[in-house]
Amino acid sequence: MQSVHIVSAYDEELKYLSKRIAAMGGHAERMVEQAIQALVNADPGLAQKVIRDDIVLDEGQREIDDKAIVIIAKRQPMATDLREIVGAIRISADLERIGDLGKNVAKRVVSVIDGRQPTSLFRGLEALADLALTQLKEVLDVYASRSVDRIGFVRDRDDQIDAMYTSLFRELLTYMMEDPRNITPCTHLLFCAKNIERIGDHATNIAETIYYIVTGDQLPAERPKGDKTDKVALPALPVK
Amino acid sequence: MADTGAERITTAQALRARVWNGRWLLAAGVVAIAAVYAFAGMSVYVVLVACVVLIAAAMLPTGGASQFIQSDAAIEASGLQRLSGEYLAAAVADPLIIFDRTATIVHANAAAFAAFGGIAPGMSLSLKFRAPEMQALLDSVLSGTVASDAVDYTEKLPVERAYRVSASSVGHATDLFVLVFKDQSETRRIDRMRADFIANASHELRTPLASISGFIETLRGPARNDPAAREQFLQIMQNQTGRMARLIDDLLSLSRLEMKPYLKPGTEVDLRQTIDSVIDSLGPLARENSVVIERDYAEGPLDVPGDRDELFQVFENLVENACKYGQPGGRVTVSIARGEAGPEPGIDVTIRDYGPGIPEEHIPRITERFYRIDVESSRTQKGTGLGLSIVKHILTRHNARLSIKSEVGKGAAFTVHLPAR
Repeated sequence: MQSVHIVSAYDEELKYLSKRIAAMGGHAERMVEQAIQALVNADPGLAQKVIRDDIVLDEGQREIDDKAIVIIAKRQPMATDLREIVGAIRISADLERIGDLGKNVAKRVVSVIDGRQPTSLFRGLEALADLALTQLKEVLDVYASRSVDRIGFVRDRDDQIDAMYTSLFRELLTYMMEDPRNITPCTHLLFCAKNIERIGDHATNIAETIYYIVTGDQLPAERPKGDKTDKVALPALPVK
Repeated sequence: MADTGAERITTAQALRARVWNGRWLLAAGVVAIAAVYAFAGMSVYVVLVACVVLIAAAMLPTGGASQFIQSDAAIEASGLQRLSGEYLAAAVADPLIIFDRTATIVHANAAAFAAFGGIAPGMSLSLKFRAPEMQALLDSVLSGTVASDAVDYTEKLPVERAYRVSASSVGHATDLFVLVFKDQSETRRIDRMRADFIANASHELRTPLASISGFIETLRGPARNDPAAREQFLQIMQNQTGRMARLIDDLLSLSRLEMKPYLKPGTEVDLRQTIDSVIDSLGPLARENSVVIERDYAEGPLDVPGDRDELFQVFENLVENACKYGQPGGRVTVSIARGEAGPEPGIDVTIRDYGPGIPEEHIPRITERFYRIDVESSRTQKGTGLGLSIVKHILTRHNARLSIKSEVGKGAAFTVHLPAR
């Protein structure tokens, strides 16, 4: 919780910033959720809606940037306030990127669903998206409650996402080797999976920013990178 | 201060009422005193004292019915005033949050804490409920354009929940607002379940069906007069129908479980006895696969709260998998131990096989429906791809966890951690 300032309008401005961040967060969560839903249910209409919604996040980020600059110029903030404002700029940038990644997943819906794919292709992607969305939700909940002791869980979850992504990568490669007709949808799904994995990374970034806002310290930087897809190579199938 | 003032007023009113109620008796008394004065020639002072005593007597509380009615009304009035919003909120079974004009939480009842967690008075509501429709709901009520409004709000994670949320202002000029959540997850889940069932069933049943119809075609055509081929094809067809039957059984039991993922089982289950009967029932399968099942149980009572049939199914699936896929190892160890470590005390049941093990990249995903590490070996072992999915669902209902450890070439260990309370 912020301490009270002599000029109450200052408090109002800071509150407005965090409220806008929360609203952007809600939009980003919804966009990613609907993009995955559109992909799994083969729903190009919903995908179009997600693509249109991205503008809300772009505007949100611009508004937060403007407001933050004005507050810095007018109030000359110090300490927590300054971290709060700079943090808001950083978080809004991460959320805007998450929106872009969600939009990119939505854009691929049309190409993936062209030939009707078996649902097994999507099941892994759905599970990956669930992990990433849970992480994003937890991070934004921490932003609301400022209970940074929960940040550790968020980072642990990132490892799970990486493990899942590696497994999915392997699965999609297998499908492609089995049947060349799978290559188009699987390549798109590979990019979707990558996008979702990136969403998890942005959520982790936000978690680090929140930790900085609340404590004034940086989280220790070294984080084991669990993405092992650079090592994945499947043996060629015997020619039938 | 105001309280004592009000009390004084009520006492004065009560006295006046008592005197008024006894007015005829009083009048009779005064007449009697006057008569005694006239005939007996007493002093005026005695008469005055007698009158005062008479009136005072009338003022004493009597047991009149009217008295009761009046005091009941008084209690009722003060009771409703005394009723605090906090008690009222606590008595509401649905999640309820009271907030002020700046969307800051003033009070949240126990149901709200249970449903959403991480909410505390002083926290901003718009930071917690970020979904666009919730933001719109809060804005419309706080701006005062409407007195009350309602939206449908869905939380997808960690478990899917759907609410009908209504927001309205409280009283006149209190500057307080209330948010009430009506849980509609159950209905939503039933709808979803039906759709999922049809999608899964149709996809998974199509493969055996296609193979059966292919063989029928062959039997009626080229293989019509070939007894050897006929016998072979009929055998394959029988296997396929068997697979379809197993699939339908598994799908049905999964759907039943998904219908009520929150069911709190009320009875105690003796794990020792349950697991012994699982091992007995799987004896023939173990012999067939030439696998020895070893037991390693902790001492003392091994009871956990739960549903016996469901837990039986969990251990049956796990031991069956261990016998089938860990076959090259030749033995399966079932151990029950008290897990004192970890966040909550409980009982750990570990089913370990010494077979080929599960590659690391598959472990996060093997509880997914129809996820198979190796389609061929799953088919030959008559797997439906639903066994572990069922295990996971049942364990979720029991607040239990499943952890899987495996090293390729050394076998796999499935540990079920069941909370003791």
